[in-house]
Amino acid sequence: MGAGHAHTLYRHGHSPVHALPPHCKLAATFAFVVVVVATPREQMWAFGLYAVLLAAVAAVARVPAGFLLRRLLIEVPFVAFAVLMPFVAEGERVEVLGLSLSVSGLWGAWNVLAKGTLGVAASALLAATTELRALLTGLQRLGLPPLLVQIASFMVRYGDVITDELRRMSVARRSRGFEATGIRHWGVLARTAGALFIRSYERGERVHLAMVSRGWTGVMPVIDEVAATRTQWAYAAVLPAAALAVCVMGWTL
Amino acid sequence: MHVPDGFIDAPVSVATGVVAAAAIGVSLRGARRELTAGEAGGLGADRTAPLAGLVAAFIFAVQMLNFPVAAGTSGHLLGGALAAILVGPYTGILCVSVVLLMQGVLFADGGLTALGVNITTMGVVTVVVAYAVFRGLLAVLPRTRRSVTAAAFAGALLSVPAAASFFTLLYALGGTTDVPVGKVFTAMAGVHTLIGIGEGAITAATVGAVLAVRPDLVHGARGLTTRLKLRVGGELVDAPAAPAAAAPARPVVKVWATGLVTALVLAGFVSFYASASPDGLEKVAADQGIDAKVEEHAAAGSPLADYAVKDVADERLSGGLAGALGVGATVAVGTGVFWLARGRRRTGAGAGAGARADAV
Repeated sequence: MGAGHAHTLYRHGHSPVHALPPHCKLAATFAFVVVVVATPREQMWAFGLYAVLLAAVAAVARVPAGFLLRRLLIEVPFVAFAVLMPFVAEGERVEVLGLSLSVSGLWGAWNVLAKGTLGVAASALLAATTELRALLTGLQRLGLPPLLVQIASFMVRYGDVITDELRRMSVARRSRGFEATGIRHWGVLARTAGALFIRSYERGERVHLAMVSRGWTGVMPVIDEVAATRTQWAYAAVLPAAALAVCVMGWTL
Repeated sequence: MHVPDGFIDAPVSVATGVVAAAAIGVSLRGARRELTAGEAGGLGADRTAPLAGLVAAFIFAVQMLNFPVAAGTSGHLLGGALAAILVGPYTGILCVSVVLLMQGVLFADGGLTALGVNITTMGVVTVVVAYAVFRGLLAVLPRTRRSVTAAAFAGALLSVPAAASFFTLLYALGGTTDVPVGKVFTAMAGVHTLIGIGEGAITAATVGAVLAVRPDLVHGARGLTTRLKLRVGGELVDAPAAPAAAAPARPVVKVWATGLVTALVLAGFVSFYASASPDGLEKVAADQGIDAKVEEHAAAGSPLADYAVKDVADERLSGGLAGALGVGATVAVGTGVFWLARGRRRTGAGAGAGARADAV
């Protein structure tokens, strides 16, 4: 229990970005991503400006660049797909380093890479500056059905518990000399998944009973009502507004 | 594989977002039913959040369980089909959607604007196809545990290429690159059929493992439970049934006839004397003059427009006749829906009886 109790995705801090109410940050991130996706892909400089904007937010939030870049690794499978695109797309071809590449495929790859990377960076920044629980109350304040938010909060609270249970099972298997090398071992792994399901479901039943015995009626009481002032909304709107200006320039220039 | 931002254009993203929101809305209601069904007396909806949340956590975790394929490569479960069969289709859609939502918002896995695409493809299509195939096969196969696993295999196997084909459809509608649709389809369907075989095998084995330990937890195998037997003097007899939960229904025909007659009387005769003034909203609208621009209803020319039968001169007689016809039509449609629903329930009960007979 020596570690902090926050999620590993979250970086504790006291920056102005951390202090903003979660629903403002959620709305700002979503608006930013929508603006990025709406930008025409031919305006390469616009995406550079978006990256600068995100870097500025990261600097204000005091999130180190290395931390953000590591989070970008999640995108790798799609990078592989994007790299293939110029080879399989049709249309006008162009010679690059002795390879015949499709022009539209190159544009498509650039489009997916640029927009996808900016989107990942924006969400990573959001998760790094907002606590999990705050993120969930923010989603609820933005109008997500309370039941859905409750389910999501149970998922994030118990996600690590269940994952750790899976890890303990894996340790138990390996300490008994089991090594999964091929299809022959699927049976064992499937039984692991089955046991994990039963344990999760039964844990759900126990959690429910424990909650009922503490007065749970199916409605989560709201104890920390976070209201955003107009100033906070204005601060949060800086990022999407700047991005929108870039986007408008991209369409008109 | 999660679709990132900028891969599908805006109109299709918005449309799939609407579809996903609708599917989640329907599932929220359905999940409450599914998760309280096992409980005697249907204890309130307060079980939904903890149980669905823990199942979502399970799906989240099981996606990290790597299954070695060969020569160092490995795959992992997608979990949609497994969730549908273990906890039911509504809870399945809900849990997979929550997992995708959290992956998008927290782990940046899948774009925020592509959330609708991801939920529709990996949540809704996978679960619906898997469950439809699973149910369809169970209806024709003998009701044994082995056919539950076989149906689970087929459902999970087909659900993955179905999701891939659906993604290709979305791509054809709103893809931002011009890779020819044919090539995308071949690649997607080919790869995902292979993935589907793995998904099917692992899902079937997992369902089998749960069936062996807690068959009551497998939603798709409900109705397989055999009646309790007592050994009386060396012979097996059915245990006396538990006190019936449902009150004995009143004779259906009687209820039906009474209701029909009452409705006909009300509609046909009372409407003779009903107030000729329009209902509340219409009256306010007329008073305030806001209905000046109300367009004629599309059905205005239909024979029952304005609740009066055309070509019948006497206003009161005509109104009464229209009321009676309306009741008739409503009863016909309502009975049709009811029959369909009851038919399904009956086949379930009948098959359950069959399983009981097999067991003896």
